[in-house]
Amino acid sequence: MSQASDNRELRLTQVEKTYANGFTAVQPLDLVVPQGSFFALLGPSGCGKTTTLRMVAGLEIPTAGTVRIGESDITYEKPYKRPVNTVFQNYALFPHLTIADNVAFGLRRRGVKNTAEQVAQMLDLVELTTQANKKPAQLSGGQQQRVALARALINQPEVLLLDEPLGALDLKLRRAMQLELKRIQTEVGLTFVHVTHDQEEAMTMADTIAVMNAGRVEQMGSPEELYENPRTTFVANFLGQSNLIKGSIIGKDTLAGASVVKVDMEGTIVSIPEERAHAITGAGWVGIRPEKVLVAPAGENIDAPGSHFTGATIVSTSFIGVSTQYVLRTAWGQEIAAFEQNTGARGVMPPGTAVDFSWRPEFAFLLDASQDASAGIEEH
Amino acid sequence: MRSRMLPYWLLLPAALWLFLFFLIPFLSLVATSLYDPDGSVLTGYHVTWHFANFPDAIKAYGPHLWRSVWWALIATALCLVFGYILAYTIAFKTGRWKNLVLVMVVAPFFTSFLIRTDAWKLILGDHGWVVHALQSVHLLSQDGRILATPVAAIAGLTYNYLPFAILPLYTSIEKVDRRLIEAAGDLYASPFRAFLNVTLPLTMPGVVGASLLTFIPAVGDYINAQLLGSTNDRVIGADIQSLFTTTQDYAAAGALSVTLLVVVLAATLIYVRKAGTEELL
Repeated sequence: MSQASDNRELRLTQVEKTYANGFTAVQPLDLVVPQGSFFALLGPSGCGKTTTLRMVAGLEIPTAGTVRIGESDITYEKPYKRPVNTVFQNYALFPHLTIADNVAFGLRRRGVKNTAEQVAQMLDLVELTTQANKKPAQLSGGQQQRVALARALINQPEVLLLDEPLGALDLKLRRAMQLELKRIQTEVGLTFVHVTHDQEEAMTMADTIAVMNAGRVEQMGSPEELYENPRTTFVANFLGQSNLIKGSIIGKDTLAGASVVKVDMEGTIVSIPEERAHAITGAGWVGIRPEKVLVAPAGENIDAPGSHFTGATIVSTSFIGVSTQYVLRTAWGQEIAAFEQNTGARGVMPPGTAVDFSWRPEFAFLLDASQDASAGIEEH
Repeated sequence: MRSRMLPYWLLLPAALWLFLFFLIPFLSLVATSLYDPDGSVLTGYHVTWHFANFPDAIKAYGPHLWRSVWWALIATALCLVFGYILAYTIAFKTGRWKNLVLVMVVAPFFTSFLIRTDAWKLILGDHGWVVHALQSVHLLSQDGRILATPVAAIAGLTYNYLPFAILPLYTSIEKVDRRLIEAAGDLYASPFRAFLNVTLPLTMPGVVGASLLTFIPAVGDYINAQLLGSTNDRVIGADIQSLFTTTQDYAAAGALSVTLLVVVLAATLIYVRKAGTEELL
């Protein structure tokens, strides 16, 4: 805490957790969370994200590896001696204490005598000033969540850990709290590490997301990076939705001055920018997000020069309001999804309509075909 | 109409039971305490509203009443300390042996209270291993003894009422959410502070329950004092028993009983109120 001027990034080096029963919850893991950033660990339940968080909090001891904040090694530090606080999944508010006493708890344990002013400020930040003298049981879920946040934030930890903090809230409240959390993080400027299985939540709030699966980090990057350029089928399916179409890789080429990888996809040659190609030989999955797939009645011009396919039929149509979601059956018999914005330019096409579809090659990505095309789907 | 009366009908058996076997005997006890003290089996006993029975009884037996309260308090405190440690261990540390250990706590009830207390005579006796062990480390002089001392009587009380302390303590400790203890640790509380600030306050209902279940019967208990204590250290229970059955001084016996009841009731109310307002809510 005294070294605030140094770089106080959170750094996990080859951290591993194997339980006594032989189960490895976290495979050797390297993570760097820059100071002041909002970092999300995203993954399905059982992927090791909560175990990782608990190792940072000191509630689990790693089997191997080190956990550091800046230069200080806290791998084996007792939880109550770490400059780290946690917002627990179930909030874990002390039921016998008032809201004000809950919030003051950490300060008092560290010997701060006069806590009233800081508690008042913190309650003001989370807009709970009027609830100060109530007990946790008298508050709603959203309010309890904010108490849990205030109780952790008041200690100005170097790293604030959030373990599925919004999991117990209903959708509308969750959305509101996501924005609220992001606002508070920007305001206080602390390092937040957020664990969630909700990809939308992670994308809304985090600067950087590490997608975890089966104890490993599959990919790490900004929400845009992960969404636009996934490296594995798991990431492609777990973050949003992807169409994965089998193809055989022809090889590298240069197209209009840019390096591309050419793939023979069911008889059509598609070009994928090299930085989006995560396989260069053999079979590959050509991936394309549904909203990047443009659809038009057969024979009509599509405003997307690039990979063009004919002979598809609409299998189902769901009108969502802002968009219409189509499932197409391609000429080679695969079903793919296409989302169309309701700009009003065209009416909704009913099932059975013969259509052509197309996408811009720069939006596609290429993955190794040895990976399971449905990885990450069932976890949603 | 019927359904509105139903709860009262369901209450009736219990109310009747309490009326017949608690309220009437209680009133009769109060009446007894106001008998003419000169009454006897020959002349008969009459309620003469003789309130002087109370000061007389307290004057004669006050020190015994005091001793009973004092011993019961010590035994209750010991039961709370031992009981809490045991209950905490059972709740948090015994894992899959939990049920077995709980059965072991209750197992002594399968033997008579008298036999168990009598067995302590052997353990604490002048030639027992406890006395020998204490003598060999010079905590007890060579002619020192434990049996027939207040220590033995209080040890007996503690032993006999310990299960009554363990069970309510266990129930309340078991209910404590471990995640709260984890959260306290996360908020800079050392394990000891977490215990003081979280676990202990959350288990106060168990502590109050255990104290009452130990203290109330221990005040009136005279078996432990009679079997393990000295004949010089009489307790109030023994006085009441002998006044009723041997001396047949019903007025004094009644007055002592009512006094004991009032003392216990007052102590309980003060304790519950104090614990209740500060910790329970």
